[in-house]
Amino acid sequence: MSQFFEMGGYAAFVWPSYAVTLAAIVLNIVWARRSLARSREEARRRLATRGEGP
Amino acid sequence: MSRYGSPVAGVVVPAAPTPAQATVWAGSHQAPILDAARLALARDLQLAFRKRGQLVQPLAFFAMVTMLFPLAISPELTRLREIAPGVLWAGALLASLLALEFLFRDDAYDGTLEQYALSGQSLTWLIFAKTAAHWLLTGLPLALMAPLAGLSLGVSVAAVPGIVASVAVGSVALSLIGSIGAALTLGIKRSGALLSLLTLPLSLPVLIFGARATQLAITGGPLLAPLELLAALAVLGVTLAPLAAAAAVRISLE
Amino acid sequence: MTWTWFHRLGSPPYVYALAARLTPWFAWPAALLIIGGLWGGLVLAPPDYQQGDGFRIIYVHAPSAWMSLMVYTTMAVAAAVGLIWRIKVAHAVAASCAPIGASFTFAALVTGALWGQPMWGTYWEWDPRLTSELILLFLYLGYMGLRAGLEDTQRADRASAVLAVVGVVNVPIIHYSVTWWNSLHQAPSVMRLAKPTMAASMLVPLLMMLLGFTLFFAAVLLVRLRGEVLSRERSASWIREIVNA
Repeated sequence: MSQFFEMGGYAAFVWPSYAVTLAAIVLNIVWARRSLARSREEARRRLATRGEGP
Repeated sequence: MSRYGSPVAGVVVPAAPTPAQATVWAGSHQAPILDAARLALARDLQLAFRKRGQLVQPLAFFAMVTMLFPLAISPELTRLREIAPGVLWAGALLASLLALEFLFRDDAYDGTLEQYALSGQSLTWLIFAKTAAHWLLTGLPLALMAPLAGLSLGVSVAAVPGIVASVAVGSVALSLIGSIGAALTLGIKRSGALLSLLTLPLSLPVLIFGARATQLAITGGPLLAPLELLAALAVLGVTLAPLAAAAAVRISLE
Repeated sequence: MTWTWFHRLGSPPYVYALAARLTPWFAWPAALLIIGGLWGGLVLAPPDYQQGDGFRIIYVHAPSAWMSLMVYTTMAVAAAVGLIWRIKVAHAVAASCAPIGASFTFAALVTGALWGQPMWGTYWEWDPRLTSELILLFLYLGYMGLRAGLEDTQRADRASAVLAVVGVVNVPIIHYSVTWWNSLHQAPSVMRLAKPTMAASMLVPLLMMLLGFTLFFAAVLLVRLRGEVLSRERSASWIREIVNA
């Protein structure tokens, strides 16, 4: 098990690499969902100020 | 009053017209495109010479930048000679970027650019003419100044023709590539950093081949190959860049 | 008749609904493939005879690099379509791509640096691949910067589309010139990605990761696309239903 964490001595390079990539993945998910929510909110506000007219 | 009016309808009006004074559209008569382009070129040159102070700025900037390196790195001429190609090209690139902001700015403000776009003449050709004027006003002087900077960096006199040739050809490509970025960022406030961010990646091939040609000029090697590649890039730029810049100008003016 | 589906793709409400429906079909397989690839790459695959366990970085570096290029190509194609045929949805696709591509380009550079240090003794090398990848990051940032600097969405769409197309034309030129430059300034220790034919136990997780990341890109793109499509729409009718849902 410790062999797994040690990564044959390369742990200091392997794990940060995986961390950065995982961060990119998570960031993309969060960012995308937040941007969609923001667009929905803006659309709602646009409709409200215009009284739901075109 | 200037002889050089708005070139777009073959009608002579005062140079640098406000939109109110702008060209009358003689719907039937349009000047042939080469005449229009020639007039656009001449107009730009004339206008630039009225503001001679502004012309000198990129050159002064270039001189200052090249001066930084001996002061920051080492005054030893042997070392400076080694880095001279890089210093010359970095300086030329930065000076070009500085000058690019002025390529479309004045014409966009006073409405002339819109006139060009609406004129029915080929906007591509007119922009090519403006870019040519820009090169004559900045790139060519830079090419003539570069050997002086080179000499101050310990370069031998024999290298001068090669340096002039490489910077002259390379700056043609730089002006063309830069015109695209300048057109895209038209009217954006404080666009200098963005313009650099857009233009630099696209100019890297020019930098690489140009610095190589200059280095060979300095060491006395055969610089024909990179010079030809530079010329190829310039030709590619001439054919494609004005098209992209014209498209970008139309988009920016919408 | 067979082109109806194509024309429907130009319709924002249709695309919005379709994107919402399709997202899980990409997201879940992506998750499975990535988790499976991680398991295969970190646990099942044997250590490399040369690089030991350090080679396992490839399972995050290669997919990231692949993403950086694939996303840029997608972005450029979508931008060109939007520019030529004036299709708003295409511009929305291009806009959605950029942040995804930029983040994975960054990841590719960082993982590449972390791989380079133990294997070739340096975090950074000005070799063609790394340098081109760095320039690609700047192209993404320039694209996003231009969009951010232009307030009018239509102008932002079209201007950034011109930039994307010009950039894509330039990418092979940049790569070629950097290769040429690098061959002149060859460092004594040539950096080479020594890849003899990979054992299946090593290759399969890599392929799973590559495919998984691609599907992940599609899923994230679809989520972003919905937001981008919404922000470009003025007409109220279909938006009202979406927003009040």
